[in-house]
Amino acid sequence: MNKIEFTLNHKPVSIEINPTTRLLDILRNNFELTGPKEGCGEGECGACAVLVDNKLINSCLLPMGSIVDKHIITIEGLSQSPQGIKLIEAFGAEGAVQCGFCTPGMIMASHALLSKNPHPTDEEIKEGLSGNLCRCTGYSMIINAVKRAAKEGDGLW
Amino acid sequence: MVTHYIPKTLIETLDILNDHTAKIIAGGTDLMVQKRGWANTAPNFDSTVNIIHLKELDYIREESESIHIGSTTSLTDILISSLTPPLLKDAIKEIASPAIRNMATIAGNIGNASPAGDTLPILYVLDAKVHIISKHVNRILNISDVILGPRKTVLNKEDIIKEIIIPKASFTHTEFKKVGGRKADAISKLSFTGAVSMQDDIITDFRVAFGAVGPTMVRVKELEQGIIGKTTHDVQKELTQIIDLYDPFITPIDDQRSNQEYRKKVSLNLLRDFIQSL
Repeated sequence: MNKIEFTLNHKPVSIEINPTTRLLDILRNNFELTGPKEGCGEGECGACAVLVDNKLINSCLLPMGSIVDKHIITIEGLSQSPQGIKLIEAFGAEGAVQCGFCTPGMIMASHALLSKNPHPTDEEIKEGLSGNLCRCTGYSMIINAVKRAAKEGDGLW
Repeated sequence: MVTHYIPKTLIETLDILNDHTAKIIAGGTDLMVQKRGWANTAPNFDSTVNIIHLKELDYIREESESIHIGSTTSLTDILISSLTPPLLKDAIKEIASPAIRNMATIAGNIGNASPAGDTLPILYVLDAKVHIISKHVNRILNISDVILGPRKTVLNKEDIIKEIIIPKASFTHTEFKKVGGRKADAISKLSFTGAVSMQDDIITDFRVAFGAVGPTMVRVKELEQGIIGKTTHDVQKELTQIIDLYDPFITPIDDQRSNQEYRKKVSLNLLRDFIQSL
């Protein structure tokens, strides 16, 4: 057991834990942040995506030992920000949410993309979301939602 | 006793590896899947040493004859660096997804020694060297001498990969083709890497490597030597012969991703296509 200190959605936190434990499990079980989902558990679906020091990361592949002194933002944190609010509105307006299981990861990946590239092309959106699988909505509406957020949220990213 | 170390410096890490047996975790993108446990339980690791906080190994720098990539540098940082050879960038773009590239490292690809590791054929073609250090030993080896077979490397328990050294080289024709089941996040069924230099019509350098079609990357320097010095016209005439010479070196397996016949056929077709494009 090691004491791991980090920042979670802008608040300093610490936990005594086996540092090979997956960040995803700690977020869901110890901090009751159930926005990040476990889809595949192998880094292929992106449903567990969070930001670590502003970089998109699959929390199912990240051992707790890797987040010492890092800042983690989950969908719960992002959804309180102007960028998160804009993305959530855009996903709703475009019908980009059906069952919703992939949505937290899609929104985290969209935010990470727009942070680097505020006006992406369709191809760049596909590349930015390439690590995120959706099995019911279909990708067209999700791509439209990112384009809408980029347009209506111009200046936010 | 199982202990997990989270060192902050390289010296501390070398001491830990010298005194204990501990599995090195860098990005963790392969290991966390291999050691995955039941839901809500920690992965099944024995002792580990997590090196991702070693800032002193997070770099890409240039020397007069080579590019040096520190072992904790993420694929994302390697992809955006202006120092990175274009062929290596082509491969990294095809690897996984943005989220994985933010974590994964080239040193991890080497340490994991999967026949399907997508940066490995590039390292073979570029004649990369691996700088391996331990508390008492310092050595620089050719990439082909580091990887011994599937999941087998020359690394001892005391060793850590410090950096990957890529000699500077320029080519007139390069190609990286990955064949996988999905564009992102796919483990390769096979891959083909080619790098050629030509002066007028004469081939002055010829290097090709195949991934995921043998226990290690397949690069056959003797066959390359037979092609260097020839004109493209000669090589096109001898194309069938060249393909036949490569054939016995392509020895893939059947697994859930693909089968021997497909892997061999497509590998040789990609070689044919590359030579025809010269």
